Amino acid sequence: MGIGLALISVLGLILFAYVGTTIGLNALFGVVFPYAAFIIFVIGFIYRVVKWGKSPVPFRIPTTAGQHYSSLWFKQNKIDNPSTAWGVALRMFFEIFTFRSLFRNTKAEILQGRLYVGSSKWLWLGALAFHYSFLIIFIRHLRFFTPETPWVISIAESLDSFLQVHILGSPLLYITNISIAVALLYLLGRRILDPKIKYISLPSDYFPLFLILGIISTGVLMRYFFKVDVTAIKELTLGLVYFKPVVPEGVGSLFYIHLFLVSILFAYFPFSKLMHMGGVFLSPTRNLANNNRMERHINPWDYPVKHRHYEEYEDEFREKMKKAGIPVEKE
Amino acid sequence: MYDGGKIIFGLIIFIALVTLPFTLGIGKEYIKANPKIDTPEIMKLPEAERKCVESKDFMRKEHMKMLIEWRDAVVRDGKTLYVNSQGKTFNMSLQNTCMQCHSNKSKFCDECHNYVKVKPYCWDCHLEPKENIKKEAGL
Ligand code: HEC
Ligand code: HEC
Ligand code: HEC
Repeated sequence: MGIGLALISVLGLILFAYVGTTIGLNALFGVVFPYAAFIIFVIGFIYRVVKWGKSPVPFRIPTTAGQHYSSLWFKQNKIDNPSTAWGVALRMFFEIFTFRSLFRNTKAEILQGRLYVGSSKWLWLGALAFHYSFLIIFIRHLRFFTPETPWVISIAESLDSFLQVHILGSPLLYITNISIAVALLYLLGRRILDPKIKYISLPSDYFPLFLILGIISTGVLMRYFFKVDVTAIKELTLGLVYFKPVVPEGVGSLFYIHLFLVSILFAYFPFSKLMHMGGVFLSPTRNLANNNRMERHINPWDYPVKHRHYEEYEDEFREKMKKAGIPVEKE
Repeated sequence: MYDGGKIIFGLIIFIALVTLPFTLGIGKEYIKANPKIDTPEIMKLPEAERKCVESKDFMRKEHMKMLIEWRDAVVRDGKTLYVNSQGKTFNMSLQNTCMQCHSNKSKFCDECHNYVKVKPYCWDCHLEPKENIKKEAGL
């Protein structure tokens, strides 16, 4: 069910942008929507992070794999269960750059009537390929948004195209174009083909996949098949950055569909599962050192508790207790 | 525990990163690529004949593809003549056709390529028109 809804939404968005730009609303799709999306993205992102930041963390959550700091003869796992800020920094580094938690992914399957649980690295590999391809593509695109391109961008560009392959007379092939498509189709395929994952998948799981698939397809179409006037497009993108919006002639619907889907991605980002980009930094099981027994962590919602000692209680009820035959401590 | 300080620090980094395109542009002028077609070879042509191999719009979008197709046609299939949509024939050659007319590479090809940040690797092997060679040799 979910998959149909998500697919129809993305196709609807594409159609919307196509119709919109064929009737000449280029400024809407080229200027208004990108600005709106960017503002929603930044404000929404900050809003979500601040909201998370407001939830108190009473103490460190040590539900992590690995031996915690204990008696000397137990070897501590300093990365998986760190007790120092350096250990946490390492754990965060590996989490963010190598998806360490996902590396522990397991898969359960019934084979010949018996349940087997085993390590499953495919999801980790697919996620890694997808995210790094996306990152490189993202960095490469910054050349459209900077007047003079910093060297990082040019390096990403030349590494990505170093195979120097031209397919069907197309410009240089980018490796990430292939890798992101393969990874994304894997991530989508696993939701569709594995009944267990299909069962728990919601439209909000499929929607970003289809949306990004739409962005990639339009990008690939523009680069290799239906060429667009890249020089004119840079006039538009640079205009956005300089707050001097221009809508150049000769840029077709395909580009505006691409840009519109990207705008949707940005605007949708803060309200969706994609916020794990910010969330990974705020995961209490990842970013807090396990030092519950070394340092005192004061629970932020503690208030002065009214309490009563047994003596006071007995003082109040002593006579009644005696009458009822209940033993008292003080006569 | 709240760690508000660290979270705000993180958010400041986030904002600095996402606004980088805007801040990098401060103090720099908004530029457009302005390729010049006033080379001697083109000026020699009568006004009405000052046309590229294909229409200007087509060239802007497809010249990179066309060049690769030309190369493959010449080097792999041994064909050397290209007939354009107007029925005019051109010798399929980077140096002897394109660069004959567009002999001002630095003010034409490079003008756009620097603007969109592409660096065609063709000139690793193919010779650039004389203007640059003179400059490099200090002539
Ligand atoms: C006969 C001379 C001639 C040849 C050969 C020629 N061009 Fe052109 N080119 C021109 C002229 C003249 C224009 C300007 C056309 C116009 O303004 O309508 C032009 C325009 C262009 C443009 C668009 C520039 C702009 O201002 O947007 C590009 C790109 C281009 N040429 C690339 C090439 C490439 C690549 C080749 C080789 C495949 C080539 N040209 C061969 C004469 C030539
Ligand atoms: C109107 C601006 C313009 C002019 C003039 C121009 N180019 Fe380009 N060129 C581009 C753009 C834009 C790209 C592709 C950028 C992209 O794909 O991001 C490109 C790409 C190329 C590529 C492919 C590069 C790659 O790595 O894929 C070649 C080769 C090329 N141009 C050759 C030439 C030659 C030779 C000339 C001069 C005769 C020329 N161009 C003039 C704008 C221009
Ligand atoms: C490794 C060196 C090398 C590089 C890099 C290179 N070429 Fe060539 N190219 C050649 C050689 C060698 C020939 C064959 C010359 C001949 O047979 O006369 C050739 C031929 C061609 C031809 C047809 C013949 C002619 O006179 O132009 C075209 C068109 C061409 N190359 C375009 C390109 C373009 C466009 C690029 C950049 C995207 C490029 N080449 C990069 C070596 C190179």
